[in-house]
Amino acid sequence: MFDFLHNPQYDVLGAFWTTVQLALWSAAGSLVWGTVLAGMRVSPVPLMRAFGTAYVNVVRNTPLTLLIIACSLGLGQTLGVTLGGGTFDQTGFRLAVLGFAAYTGTFVCEALRSGINTVPPGQAEAARALGLSFFQVLTLVVLPQAFRAVIAPLANVLIALTKNTTVASAIGVAEASLLMKEMIENEADALFAVFAVFAFGFTVLTLPTGLLLGWTAKRMAVKR
Amino acid sequence: MSAVAITRGGPGSLPATGGLVELSGVNKHFGALHVLQDVNLSIARGEVVVVIGPSGSGKSTLCRTINRLETVDSGTITIDGRELPSEGRALARLRSDVGMVFQSFNLFAHKTVLENVVLGQVKVRRTDKATAERKARDLLDRVGVGSQADKYPAQLSGGQQQRVAIARALAMDPKVMLFDEPTSALDPEMINEVLEVMQQLAREGMTMVVVTHEMGFARSAADRVVFMADGRIVEEATPEEFFGNPRSDRAKDFLSKILKH
Repeated sequence: MFDFLHNPQYDVLGAFWTTVQLALWSAAGSLVWGTVLAGMRVSPVPLMRAFGTAYVNVVRNTPLTLLIIACSLGLGQTLGVTLGGGTFDQTGFRLAVLGFAAYTGTFVCEALRSGINTVPPGQAEAARALGLSFFQVLTLVVLPQAFRAVIAPLANVLIALTKNTTVASAIGVAEASLLMKEMIENEADALFAVFAVFAFGFTVLTLPTGLLLGWTAKRMAVKR
Repeated sequence: MSAVAITRGGPGSLPATGGLVELSGVNKHFGALHVLQDVNLSIARGEVVVVIGPSGSGKSTLCRTINRLETVDSGTITIDGRELPSEGRALARLRSDVGMVFQSFNLFAHKTVLENVVLGQVKVRRTDKATAERKARDLLDRVGVGSQADKYPAQLSGGQQQRVAIARALAMDPKVMLFDEPTSALDPEMINEVLEVMQQLAREGMTMVVVTHEMGFARSAADRVVFMADGRIVEEATPEEFFGNPRSDRAKDFLSKILKH
């Protein structure tokens, strides 16, 4: 039943490795971008707050498929943005990471913002009273406490992101779900076996993420 | 104490230009509530001013306007001759010269006691880490919590946390210390350990503005008592005068309520 796994034309591990790379790069990008967005949304500068709010509300309400295709067709093919990728595949991968980071950053931002709300206002007041600048108050006192409060919700975002990477198949990035489509075409007689293989593969990626971050959340919790 | 410089000089050494902290014509509203009404107050170098008054009289707000944690609607506040900047780096620099101790301690919950006292020195004063830690340990010893340096704030009692908060403020070598009801959140048996540290500071000549309900502290440590009610300064006098012979009816009424049980 699982004979197709031995067929050398299918590189299942290679496809999942691409998925892992997509997820990791996008996670890093969305954490950075989400933190910047959260900083904007709590900043004292009205223009930055307005930009942060508008960006989050537009991007998180846009279908991810639309964003990824817009990155590929709009940025890549129309405007000629390659992000330094030499080959077609490299460029596609990088544009997909850009799209995922732009999208997932909004969820990271909102999770962080709820974390910022768990930090008592007195913490920031005490930091300001010492003479720390807004940026220092945010990075030294508020965000470190906010991050610890939102590790569990961030794990959700990371798990959703890992599964969302399947959307990259829409622009031809050779990750797991693209291979799955190919297998469904060619191995129609083993359809459920194909599904099982990929479901198992994603579970292997996301289950430990959730468990590990859940454990970390407990360990890192700020005691008040 | 030798390693820690604090402002010297009693009320007599007031410079000709005026007080270290000067508030003139300060007004502030919270919505419809006129919480500070034309407040004028001058605090001399080395002076200990205790602000008392009923709840909602604006005394905490007054204290918080001095380092602009609360903005004011009109009037001017100067510290050491310089007017409070409205925001940005200049304001941050000025705040670093004004120590603040809060009712709820507000120690940084994710940092150890030592890190709490080191943070401002390293990030604002740009002191190197070793010097900052030495000074932090000196100050923690001085307020009697040196043995707790490596614990987190949540592991300390309220009184210990508040003494750490005082050490954290002193680490910046402030020109003036603001205390916003520093003992109001403490269990009764912990109040004295905090007041003793404050008494000691007062004796050493620190300029202090203390908002408190501790009348004993006001009597023994204050150079001047400022009585506030309904957003105004109703009476200013030495503690002997104020507690012995209050002039205004508002103050007489207040004192009769808190002193008789």
